[in-house]
Amino acid sequence: MLIYALKRLGLAVLVAVVVSALAFLLLRASGDVAIALAGEGARSEDIDNIRRIYGLDRPLVVQYLDWAAKMIRGDFGTSLFFKTDVHALVLDKMPTTALLALFSLIFALAVSLPLGILAALYPNSWIDRLCLALAVIGQALPSFFFALILMIVFAVMLRWLPVSGSDSWAHFVLPTVVLGYYIAPAIMRLVRAGMIEVLASDYVRTARAKGLSSRSVVLKHALRNALVPVVALSAVQLGFLLGGSVVIETVFALDGLGYLAFQSITHKDLPVTQAIVTLLSLIYVGLTLAADLANAWLDPRIRVGGGS
Amino acid sequence: MSRFSTGVLAALVAATMAIAPALADKKTNSIRFAYDQVVENVDPFMNNVRIGVIIGQQVWDTLIYRDPKTSEYKGQLATAWKWIDDKTLELDLRKGVKFHNGAEFTADDVVYTLNFVVSPDSKVVTRQNVAWIDRAEKIDAYKVRIICKEPFPAAIEYLAGPVVIHPHEYYAKVGPQGMNEKPVGSGPYRITEHSVGKFVRMERNPDYFKESPKPQPKIDKVEIRFIPDRQTQVAEMMAGGADMIMNVALDQATQMKAVPTLQVVSGETMRIAFLHLDTRETSTAPQLRDIKVRQAIMHAIDRESMVKQIVGQGARVLHTLCFPPQFGCSDEGAPRYSYDPAKAKQLLAEAGFKDGFDIDLYAYRERNQTEAMIGYLRAVGIRANLRFMQYAAMREANRAGKAAMLHQTWGSFSVNDVSASTPVYYKFGPDDVSRDPEVRDFLQRGDSQVDPAVRREAYRKALALIAERAYSLPLYSLTTYYVANKDLVFIAYPDEIPRFWEMSYK
Repeated sequence: MLIYALKRLGLAVLVAVVVSALAFLLLRASGDVAIALAGEGARSEDIDNIRRIYGLDRPLVVQYLDWAAKMIRGDFGTSLFFKTDVHALVLDKMPTTALLALFSLIFALAVSLPLGILAALYPNSWIDRLCLALAVIGQALPSFFFALILMIVFAVMLRWLPVSGSDSWAHFVLPTVVLGYYIAPAIMRLVRAGMIEVLASDYVRTARAKGLSSRSVVLKHALRNALVPVVALSAVQLGFLLGGSVVIETVFALDGLGYLAFQSITHKDLPVTQAIVTLLSLIYVGLTLAADLANAWLDPRIRVGGGS
Repeated sequence: MSRFSTGVLAALVAATMAIAPALADKKTNSIRFAYDQVVENVDPFMNNVRIGVIIGQQVWDTLIYRDPKTSEYKGQLATAWKWIDDKTLELDLRKGVKFHNGAEFTADDVVYTLNFVVSPDSKVVTRQNVAWIDRAEKIDAYKVRIICKEPFPAAIEYLAGPVVIHPHEYYAKVGPQGMNEKPVGSGPYRITEHSVGKFVRMERNPDYFKESPKPQPKIDKVEIRFIPDRQTQVAEMMAGGADMIMNVALDQATQMKAVPTLQVVSGETMRIAFLHLDTRETSTAPQLRDIKVRQAIMHAIDRESMVKQIVGQGARVLHTLCFPPQFGCSDEGAPRYSYDPAKAKQLLAEAGFKDGFDIDLYAYRERNQTEAMIGYLRAVGIRANLRFMQYAAMREANRAGKAAMLHQTWGSFSVNDVSASTPVYYKFGPDDVSRDPEVRDFLQRGDSQVDPAVRREAYRKALALIAERAYSLPLYSLTTYYVANKDLVFIAYPDEIPRFWEMSYK
């Protein structure tokens, strides 16, 4: 187990380094930051000045190493656009995004668990078909479009909820539904598949044979086993939710990390974009690592396979 | 939200509004204004976004004020001014003006602010707005001199626009960053809270000096919220969550006219649109080096129809590269290129392009207008392909000589003087892709002579030359559409600055 864990950890660190380097290079390749910073009507000497002030005239490798070394010490630099500490900026916006991701995950689980179980209990029935339809729609519908539909119905026409902003819990309802609905299908299908497999297994047949109630068999015996992969998937989906909220936060003007990412991309604010991309990929890598380790701990077959 | 769904939504809302109570902020006498761009720093010297200009005008005062209705210059923080020589402007300052923190306004504030922003260390973002200033000197507590680097008659216009005055002690203590966090100006509104990237909240300055040419503010509170998505802004307006938005697309604005609680107001802006052509030897589209080809492009596009059908109410067709009300802007003596596809084809044939040619057309905003132009160009055989990108990327490509034909626009930073528009593109700066020394010399003369008549004549000649040699095709002025609470009284000015201090509810 230890060897497996160390190998996984090593891999995770490698992925993190590669991702940070890629993020750095791709963002640099996207255009001249100094020109973007200088804005409309700037003269060439202004642009040169900006290039010098921000150290954009140094070789790329030097810029990357400098940035990476500082980042390890927790210094993400200064925002080119807001001119404030990136670290503080990101910390300020993080709670909104974390809250939204958590709410969305809870919403997704609350929808997908019961539906997944029902679909597994009555395969090929109308309930199963309905769940499949919901899953397909959820995966096919662009999130911004779904967001606008909800906005029209619940905010503009019914006036039950605010259109945009992040001042109160009510502002989180629509974004939570949109974001949660987006990841629910994957969880639902996994629950369904897991349940069908487990329900057909010997020990469930034994449990039934012992005369246990159907409710007890499904919830206590079957679900617990079927949930193992769901826990892992949820952890990974949480990472996805943190990163995937860029569109949702922008549409709902929620003042979180996704919105900040959108702003920083629009303004070519490299330090902020880099910090967010790196931070989110680190969280993602961390969550994947945690999920891998949890799975290996729960299911010895994985760590044997992974260690071979 | 698609155009269709906006229409459906407008109809639905119109139907339900009759019964739903208006949620306008009329009863609290406040305005909630939603805007898509975020301002990085509200200090007017530290941002180059439109919303920054808007906030700057509410919170700070300038030395001189230009009446937006009459274009007449009036004293604001200054009471009188005169040119001592070609480069020296002397100003008498107003007594009894107080900043929001209680500090008294004096010559020290002017001298400190101007000398700070022109110093290279100040890292001001809008360098071009202050680059003409060499230094400011205090004569006495209420008299200052501003010394220009070279004769710069447009100084008055800049002093009436982007050059605001900060309280010197406070600014020296907190700097631009502190000014952003806790802004202090002397204007009709003071900022009570600035949550960076989220909102700016302001309240009426009860001690605003009575002699100011800006009238005493009537609205008690103004909240500017940053909502990046235009459709969300529209939804906020319909749901009663905002009282005013601007830059609404023509078709959406038309549909929102159906909502009984809203009013739609359009106005011409100082922003001009033009086709910018790289005619240098290095041009990636060598066809553009032939004047006949350029003239063919001019004759191929039906600007009148574009203005009527897709640009919007208030826009006008332009014949020279400047905004007509700007000082020095004239189309006298400039040729008129009428819409004449047959002539365009003939000119192309004469230039040796009987079968037309392929060219990339770069654009960054009003994509529908670019697409319309592509249609017109294709009709005469110029097979234009759309290359749509971000402004900075497009400008970068053009400056590097990689993009030869641009659908460009320019807003002159709301400066009502030709020195802020035409020279940017034709005075051998980085955006000059024609490099005509004759044009440059006329522009230089216009920029640096003090006599208004001489200036006008120099600009007129430069503008006529640019049109005659068909270096760029001036298209039209752009309009902006405002959607607001129907009871809000306001005027849409060409400089795209909503003046909250003038607004009131019916």
